[in-house]
Amino acid sequence: MKGKPLVSIVSAGLSKFGKLEGMYAREIFAFAAKEAFERCPKLDPKNDIKAMFIGHMGESYEHQGHTGASVADWAGLLNIPATRTEAACASSGVALRSGIFAVLSGLADVVMVGGVEKMTHRTTGEVTEYLAMAADYPFEQWHGITFPGLYALMAKAHMHKYGTTESQMAKVAVKNHYHGSLNPKAHMQKEITIEKVLSSIPIATPLKLYDCSLISDGASCVILAKPEIAAKLTDNPVHIIGSGQASDTIGLYERKSLTSLLSSKLASRTAYDMAGVNSKDIDLAEVHDCFTFAELMAYEDLNFCEIGKGGKMVENSETKLGGRLPINTSGGLKAKGHPVGATGTAQAYEMYLQLTGQADRRQVRDAKIGLTHNVGGSGSTATIHVYRSD
Amino acid sequence: MWVVQVQLQQFMCIGVIKISSEQFTIEQFYKHLSNGQLMAGKCKQCGKLHLPPRPLCDKCLSQKFKWIKISKEGKLLTYTTIYVAPQQFQAMVPYSVGIVQLEGELKLPGMIMNLSENQLKIGMSLEIDFNSCKNTLLWPDWPRYCFRKSGHK
Repeated sequence: MKGKPLVSIVSAGLSKFGKLEGMYAREIFAFAAKEAFERCPKLDPKNDIKAMFIGHMGESYEHQGHTGASVADWAGLLNIPATRTEAACASSGVALRSGIFAVLSGLADVVMVGGVEKMTHRTTGEVTEYLAMAADYPFEQWHGITFPGLYALMAKAHMHKYGTTESQMAKVAVKNHYHGSLNPKAHMQKEITIEKVLSSIPIATPLKLYDCSLISDGASCVILAKPEIAAKLTDNPVHIIGSGQASDTIGLYERKSLTSLLSSKLASRTAYDMAGVNSKDIDLAEVHDCFTFAELMAYEDLNFCEIGKGGKMVENSETKLGGRLPINTSGGLKAKGHPVGATGTAQAYEMYLQLTGQADRRQVRDAKIGLTHNVGGSGSTATIHVYRSD
Repeated sequence: MWVVQVQLQQFMCIGVIKISSEQFTIEQFYKHLSNGQLMAGKCKQCGKLHLPPRPLCDKCLSQKFKWIKISKEGKLLTYTTIYVAPQQFQAMVPYSVGIVQLEGELKLPGMIMNLSENQLKIGMSLEIDFNSCKNTLLWPDWPRYCFRKSGHK
């Protein structure tokens, strides 16, 4: 059997994603935590969980920092050490890695890792401004360059270099909305057509409204345990067998390549090596589709296809449920939603469901090895995790 | 009250470093721009050019630099036209931004003025303009730069 477990996931929880009116981030997180507690009846949360790491990107949304303590409190877990991690949209991918470090250090046998963001009460202009804080301030933000703008710059360069088309990008949206229609917790549960994507309003050319992930509220968590302890807590653990993280320049303009994310490539190489697998061993993946183009670029950076061939892969329906490598069965950031701090561990939640056979209508048959790919900013941070079933 | 304020001011001033032209900082880069000069920092130890300048060379970790004047001419590597902008830029939409390849490995992003999207082409020549881009919609209030068609004047 491949891959020695670093840690094991004994449970996971996810709030509904969408417009959750009248709730604060910490209140939303409580719903994710409660689901995780209920899924693992042998766990005594108040005594067993020894530390918490919470991904949260922005204080601006709720005028509230210091998320670690407030979320731990509302999850009923005072007075454990609770730490917030921040790496823009990779905030909870980094929380997951911090949890792995904590367990491997021997200081905590069981930890909760998760993430949360409350965004929808703000205007689109405000959200655009807050998200842009993950970009370089004096060279990108000052010049009016937005997040969709940064990915649009990469998309345009990719189209020019490899002939990637807007229809191929649109196909990512169609696929992920189809997957989202099978996920009762997804923000968007309606299927869409290529025509609808292509005729939607421009955001940052060539990206249109339906090329962009959603502004959503939501929270996610997973509970990690030392493998020996996990065996006592559940009959159905999922093992994390590889973990990688890499950083790159804060400004997109400082990078050699504008058509690939070096951080994704480096982090995936680390994670594959640690897990003792290669990209051909992966049965399914959740990748960071903050924009449709980003999913195509991820296929290439994670070595699921040759460089420049991402568009062909989605065109041939290889990454649709039932295809050779289903990607973003949850609906992805595109249809499930993208409450930025919650996204990394929401991907881990989907992997936990899939590898324990609990993904219901979107279950991938015989799924044994999965991968999650969580990106912060325009690629300044990437985290990759590789999972296998018990 | 007066005494407290004076003491507070003295306290806040401890450790303040004045920016001089000897400092290889982003602020100094923008100050050079306001004088009509596009300047990069060159590492005296390994020769790497830094745009923006940095106080620590990321290649050899040296802290010794000199200013090098860079040509205003460049080639457009990629571009986009932005329709949904942060609040401060909403009055300007749609506007185009791009990344421009300058000499060597140096690149800068910025707004592209007076060219509509269908006039933009990857590979076209653009030049940096520091005179007519005074918009300072975001803190701090330093002059900005933008890009224009080469030889626009």
